[in-house]
Order: sequence, then C-alpha cells, then structure tokens
Amino acid sequence: MAAVQETVDRVRQIDVDQYRYGFETIIESEKAPKGLSEDTVRYISAKKNEPAWMLEWRLEAYRRWLTMEEPKWARVEYPKIDFQDLYYYSAPKPKKTIGSIDEIDPEILETYKKLGIPLREIEALEGVVRPEGERRIAVDAVFDSVSVATTFQKELKQAGVIFMPISEAIREHPELVKQYLGTVVPTSDNFYATLNSAVFSDGSFVYVPPGVRCPMELSTYFRINERNTGQFERTLIIADKGAYVSYLEGCTAPQRDENQLHAAVVELVTLDDAEIKYSTVQNWYPGNSEGKGGIYNFVTKRGDCRGDNSKISWTQVETGSAITWKYPSCILRGDNSRGEFYSIAISNGYQQVDSGTKMIHLGKNTTSRIISKGIAAGKSQNTYRGLVTAHRKATNARNFTACDSLLIGDQCGAHTVPYIEAKNASTLFEHEATTSKISEDVLFYCIQRGLSQEEAVGLVVNGFVKDVLQQLPMEFAVEAQKLISISLEGSVG
Amino acid sequence: MTALLEVKDLQVRVEDREILHGLTMTVNGGEVHAIMGPNGSGKSTLSHVIAGKPGYEVTGGEILFKGEDLLEMEPDERAAKGVFLAFQYPVEIPGVTTMNFLRTAVNAQRKARGESEYLVPDFLRKVREVAASLNIPMDMLKRGVNVGFSGGEKKRNEVLQMALFQPSLCILDEMDSGLDIDALRVAADGVNALRSPDRAMVVITHYQRLLNYIVPDHVHVMSKGRVVKSGGKELALELEESGYAQYEDAAA
Repeated sequence: MAAVQETVDRVRQIDVDQYRYGFETIIESEKAPKGLSEDTVRYISAKKNEPAWMLEWRLEAYRRWLTMEEPKWARVEYPKIDFQDLYYYSAPKPKKTIGSIDEIDPEILETYKKLGIPLREIEALEGVVRPEGERRIAVDAVFDSVSVATTFQKELKQAGVIFMPISEAIREHPELVKQYLGTVVPTSDNFYATLNSAVFSDGSFVYVPPGVRCPMELSTYFRINERNTGQFERTLIIADKGAYVSYLEGCTAPQRDENQLHAAVVELVTLDDAEIKYSTVQNWYPGNSEGKGGIYNFVTKRGDCRGDNSKISWTQVETGSAITWKYPSCILRGDNSRGEFYSIAISNGYQQVDSGTKMIHLGKNTTSRIISKGIAAGKSQNTYRGLVTAHRKATNARNFTACDSLLIGDQCGAHTVPYIEAKNASTLFEHEATTSKISEDVLFYCIQRGLSQEEAVGLVVNGFVKDVLQQLPMEFAVEAQKLISISLEGSVG
Repeated sequence: MTALLEVKDLQVRVEDREILHGLTMTVNGGEVHAIMGPNGSGKSTLSHVIAGKPGYEVTGGEILFKGEDLLEMEPDERAAKGVFLAFQYPVEIPGVTTMNFLRTAVNAQRKARGESEYLVPDFLRKVREVAASLNIPMDMLKRGVNVGFSGGEKKRNEVLQMALFQPSLCILDEMDSGLDIDALRVAADGVNALRSPDRAMVVITHYQRLLNYIVPDHVHVMSKGRVVKSGGKELALELEESGYAQYEDAAA
C-alpha cells in the first residue's frame, strides 16, 4: 500500500480515543434556566452582582441581537442552532464563599491538574523540575461560565498589573472597563459578538499600566464541562503607553455527542509604544470520526493599535473544534503601528475551519505580516479567509501575506480567500499562496532513513509549520508540536 | 557463510507492466558490485524494491538479507537492519534542519534495534567528525534538509548519512548524476572510506566514469529486466567501448 494511502487510512481512524482531554468532571452546578430571554440576561447580571450600567449594556446588546441574523458567508455547514435549547450560564455550585484556593472544589482542582494546568502557586513554583530560565505563568482558570482561580495576583499587583476575572473587574475597576469594553468589538459588531455582549459570564481582564513590562506570562485556561452549555467568555486586555504583555490562552472540553457552542469575544487595546502578544492553543473537542459532536467555535477577536508605534501580534494553533469561525484581526490606527498574525490551522476527520485575519491599515507607515499554515487531512475543509485593507490616509502601508496549505489524502479541501483593498497609492501589499500535497517521495525518503510512517508525517508537518511555531512562547511551542503530531497521526500518543 | 544479499529470480510489476523478469544476484560482505545498463533496464526498480518503496508489486522470487526475508519487512525496519539507499534525487524537506533530521533518523534506527538513543553531545561530536571528512561545513547542517543544496551538496549529504548510520548494505542509485568531476571525486572518496569487510555496496550507474573512482569487484549488465552478463571490473571498460546495444539483443 502506498505510504500516503496508509497515512490517510490511519488519519481516518482518528477517533475520540485520540482526544486526551475528553473526560467529564462530575460536579454539582448551578444553571440559569434553559433558553434566552431578557430574564436570562438579568439572571446572569444579578449572579455577577453587576452595577446597573452593565445590565443596561447587556440588555441593549440583547435587544439588538434579536434583530440580527446568523452569518452565512463562511465556508462551513452545520444544522441550525436552537438558541433556546442552550444553557447560558453554568457555575460549579460553591460549597461556601471561596476565600482561597484551598476552598475550591477538589474535583475542579483535579480537572485542571489532569489538564496539566497548575492552579496552586506552590505547585507552579515547585512542581516539576523547571528548566533554567523558564518563565512562570500566572493562570486564570475559567470553568464553564465562571473563573475559578487566578494565580500570582499578589505579585502582579506589586508590578501594578491588573489580572482578574472580568466579572470582578466590572465591580472593582468600573472606570477602566467602561472606558474600553466594546470599543474594539462594538456590541453591534456581528451576530455572535452581540450575543456574547448580552450573555457573557466571565473571562479575563488585564490592564498593564504605562511603562510596565508584565513580569510573567499571563494565561487563561478555558474548560467547558457542563452539557448543553454555551460558553461565552469575554476577554479585555489593555496595554497602556509603553507597556508590554504576553498572554496565552488554552481551551479543552469533554467529548460529547452533541455540539456545544463557544462564542467568545476578545478585545485588545495598545496605546502609544505598547505591545500585546496574544497566543492561543485551541484544542476544543473536534467531534468523533463520523463527525458527531464537537465544539462550534464562533469567536470574535480583535486588537486595536490605538496608539502610535504600538504593536499587536496574534499567534494561534488551531487543532480542535468541529467548526471554527475565527478571524483575529488588527486595526492599525496609530501611526507606525504593526499587526502580526501567525496561524497554524489543522483539520482532520469532518472538521471545518474558516479562519484568517483582517489587517485594517488606517495610520501612516503601518505594517502588517500574515503567515498562515493550513493543514487539511481526513474529510475536513480548511479555509483561509483574510482581509488586508489600506484607508485613504494610510500612507506607506505595508503588508506581507503568505498562506501555505498542505493536504494529506484526497478527500480534504484547502481554500484561500484573500480580500485586498488599497485606497492609497503608496500602499505596498504582497500576497503569496501555495498549496501542496504531502509528497510520497518525501515520506519514503524519511522512512528509508529509519523513521516510522507517523514520525515521517510528524517531521514533515512540523517543518511546514516551523515559521509559526517559532512565534509561540517556548513552553507552548513544545506543547503545540506534540499536539500537531497527535492531531494528525492517530496512533501516536 | 550466509551471503549479505541474495536476490533470487525476482519478478516485479509496476501497475500492469512487468519490469524485472527473474533477476538473480548474490552480494557478499566486503564486495562492491556495479550494476550497469541502459535507461529502462530496471536498475532503479531493483534499488527501490530492495529499499521497500511503495508502488512495486513483487510477483515472484525472493530477497534475503543476512538470511532473512527482506520483503516481509517494513521499509523503516530494513533501514534499522542496515539497508541504506543513496537516492538519485534526494528530496528537500523545508523547515526541518539537516541536523534535526540526522538525529531523528539515527535515534529511530537505534531505538528499533533496541539500542539507547544518542546523547546530544555524543551525536554532535560524531556528526562534526564525519562532516569534516566530507568537507561539509556545519552551517550546511543548520539549513533545511537539502533545501537550496547544490547537486554536489545533496550527494555529500547522502554520503554523510551513510557514514553516520553505518549500514551493512549501501545502494548508490546513479550517484554521479548531476555531479561535476570535482564533486564526484569528493563523494566517491567518502564512499571509498566506508568500504569495509563487513559492508557491501551496490553501485548503480549508466557510465563507466564513476567506476574509475569507486572500483567494483563485480560488474553486472542489466537489460530489459534481467542480468545479461556478469564479470569483473574489466567488463565496465568493455561496455564503455562497445555500448549496450549487443546486450539489448541478447535480452530480447
């Protein structure tokens, strides 16, 4: 049998067994009544002890959402979602008010431990043998609709960095939240963003004050546990003048036969000379080998380079979800600002990915760079969709885009849909795209040197995505490399 | 003593066409065999079948390697047991540094043989030593496998791997193609340095030229899927003068 055929067959066998994070945590939870209405919105707002302005903000979004229609332009297909058949809020039932990490339900601690996420700072410090120079990471853990723990808060506070669940930020730093929330992704932005604005329950809030370089990586770990529950998290990160922060996001879910909805909104703001580096390793449950189950990942992520000389960089490794609809974007408003998008999107089985970015050049001398690597296997469809646009006043805007697609087998598809608009004559936009099949000759060469079929595929694919992997923080890059092998190879664990 | 490689009455098809019609040859340890013949005579097919390249169907005969049935083994298993094919056109693997590739391969082979993996310093020392002997600068090993390599660099990279893996059977498929005379000499010197009593080589080539540098013990002439004549190194010189035409008739 031809080597590629074998790979294809093996890839086809990939099943839920390969999804290491598919376990469920049995825990009592407190849920909003099923379905969506003004009452649901009020319920969530009341649960969070929100001020009146926040409730009003949500209700306005909800009323607008009622007038909107689901977007249909993406190259993805799925049965109509019944928005009344979902729970919009689910929280682990607290045994009492949580004062310290010791009071968190041990089941939840155990869940994060299984996922390899240390929530105890002691563990984070003393746990495994840490390679020299490895950075510590502060973690905010979001379990269904609520944040259950945020580590290293004291140390961050000393540096002046605010890192807390957004529900707390709304109460404790209302002036900051009011000033920035919804200014990058307005409540009216799109169907899912508007829905999120109405019902978001938690997520992370980060504020880095002027001139501060955040002393550690910040990370949020999202876990959907409850059945029939949508997760609508909201993240807001602000880097004030001259500040720098690197933020990591990870996602997993139990394996279930039904589809679950994840509709997050992430807003980033950089003021003058500030920089935000945002990395995602998305590994939601992708569904089984027949395409049953899996997460619908409909996410709006956008960064606003509001200040001059500011920079926003998105890096994403997308391996999970049944359907991905996601375009982390940059608005390059400040002069000399820079946007970057590095993406690895792997699809297998019946997964559908429609992902890419928007680089909107408004300021002078703005630059952007897009490196997208799509890998399609099985019967999956993998689309890169991107917009690069220069406003009339965006003198000397520069963009470089490279989209490479790799096909494994003959039943998958890769598509590239770039939109390019230049309204200023001094603009220079470059676009490169390639599509290739994993070559039989290359695999045989590796195998003749002693590599197994799976090692050969892993090596070739990791070579293909190298430019993007290099953008990830060290700890994540190693993890991502492993994840890529698992996503594609079936029997290698 | 068991022969290192025994090919007995080998018949091979590609799709509907039979390429080898009963090929027989025996290679003992320490010997260098040259296989010569015109285009389409089945030389490369033989090398591919020995290495286990997919796409060929063996319809008859057998191949024994150190007395074991080679055709029963997966290609990576054959590599671990000491079968090495130096490719006529080595492939490029973008994004994978040559160094990483060498280490992954050497460790995969060691693991398959139940040996411990090389420690990084030991491996580096070994690579440095071998690379120096082949005039390969270390910078070249930091580049993607064969990416942007010249013809000579690609072939030297093949010889480098041969020297690192220390296989017991080396098959050199048209090693001279695309090489100028200087590059050919460097590669051939590398190969000659690897000649040893417990290692055999099968050198596949169109031209006698290569055999001035790698002097064979035995020469086989292939035509239309069979060995039509075998002899000593003088047979290659004879061929140089008279050409392949006479053998094409003999095979028909």
